[in-house]
Amino acid sequence: MTASTDDLRTTAGPDVPLAPRTAWWTSLRAIVAREALRFLGQRERFFAALVRPLVWLLVFAAGFRAALGLSIIPPYQTYITYETYIVPGLCGMILLFNGMQSSLSLVYDRETGSMRLLLTSPQPRWWLLTCKLIAGTCVSILQAYAFLAIAALFGLVMPWAGYILVLPALFVGGLMLGALGLALSSFVKQLENFAGVMNFVIFPMFFLSSALYPLWKMEESSQILRDICAVNPFTHAVELIRFALYAQFNGWALLWTVVAALGFGALALWGYDPARGMTRTGG
Amino acid sequence: MTHAAEGGLLVRHLSHSFGSRRALDDISFEVAPGRFCALLGPNGAGKSTLFALLTRLITSPQGEIGVAGVDLARHPRAALARMGVVFQQPTLDLDLTVSQNLRYFAALQGLSGREAQARIDAALDRLGMAERAGELARNLNGGHRRRTEIARALIHRPRVLLLDEPTVGLDAASRANITRHVHDLASDMGLTVLWATHLTDEVWPADRLVVLHKGRVLADSTAGAVSGDRPLTEAFLAMTGAEA
Repeated sequence: MTASTDDLRTTAGPDVPLAPRTAWWTSLRAIVAREALRFLGQRERFFAALVRPLVWLLVFAAGFRAALGLSIIPPYQTYITYETYIVPGLCGMILLFNGMQSSLSLVYDRETGSMRLLLTSPQPRWWLLTCKLIAGTCVSILQAYAFLAIAALFGLVMPWAGYILVLPALFVGGLMLGALGLALSSFVKQLENFAGVMNFVIFPMFFLSSALYPLWKMEESSQILRDICAVNPFTHAVELIRFALYAQFNGWALLWTVVAALGFGALALWGYDPARGMTRTGG
Repeated sequence: MTHAAEGGLLVRHLSHSFGSRRALDDISFEVAPGRFCALLGPNGAGKSTLFALLTRLITSPQGEIGVAGVDLARHPRAALARMGVVFQQPTLDLDLTVSQNLRYFAALQGLSGREAQARIDAALDRLGMAERAGELARNLNGGHRRRTEIARALIHRPRVLLLDEPTVGLDAASRANITRHVHDLASDMGLTVLWATHLTDEVWPADRLVVLHKGRVLADSTAGAVSGDRPLTEAFLAMTGAEA
């Protein structure tokens, strides 16, 4: 026996109130806590994420020091060693790899189903994706601070105020790169394609930026490469971090990073629009 | 207005295509409040597409979906709040405990603190999983993982419970157990259940039955009426085999 069609008409709106606004805060906390618990459960991931920039700092920079002469450019007020120069860039590298790693985990999540769980909860989708971004960024920031602490042990000490002021810079940079990862994850349909992301996103973004060499140095070899570096949002995230580490503010870098974050965020939101169909369904 | 639709499920003239392939073709059926409805169909019938549409992972410009009297397209958040879902893919975080998994889900529904804990305890108790709350999901067997997922889907007190082939990969005993548990949820709690499956032994004679094949509804009645004096398996094979 079934109910008549009239009984099941659905013209009415919701007759019970939706969860209160505190629900937004509750879900943000839960998503961040889950990411943190997963992170703590995967120590190897933490060490791997630390080893990468440390190898660059302690091996690559040491070998490269002699080859590269650096002049005094803002925010530096004196001659600096090459190791000192690349510390902010390596903080950016941590954010970049983490942003992409969370995109990998999202592709995986989507295949295993926990992304479905997230997206079917009764919160606005843009908010759920923002929570996911903030959670990933918090993990990146923890790693960046662990790296800065180890760098300080090797004598690469920043002004104390820099360690505080770099926090918002890392946050904005992390959100921007996380949003890029999120956007990519909505378009990369299979895990196998992640190698492509590595080749076509991570490496160009990192090498075509001011992370390893200042832009004027790049200009000496090629004007075009320098111009590409100048529009690369990663350059601006790195410069934002670099200035913040020396307790200085770089408004232009902040603007670029925020604009890029909004752009990537919008792209991610479009990518996860249910009308586009983010799931491949069979059966 | 919502009338007696409180708790029911409505699907009307729903179609969906992936490119040129028509996955669902003008599907309509209703499940009255408190009924267990089996959605029976062979692989490729369109069950997963229907579930993706019902849970709003994808949307379709054609057709209407009503969850407990709420239009999914017009009020997606209110409709999702009244829906519990058990996906075909496992969705537990294996590195977290049963309890942590459920607390995470409760928070996604906006529930926290003592209220969330009380509901989690009640849901685990209902599924006979109370003593496993502290175990890592990784250490549970397939049947217990599924039960945890069903318990989780009840925390926010939904009116409609959707399960997409929830017994895939389970042994016969676990399958029978979970099938019975969910039938009980419909009869004891008045929950409207839509249970997608391709296995006829999970369907009881008094259940509502919708047979889906190649994106179309072949039968819409009770299981007893569809099978007649034959076993349901035979009736199902005759129905879908003839069309294959």
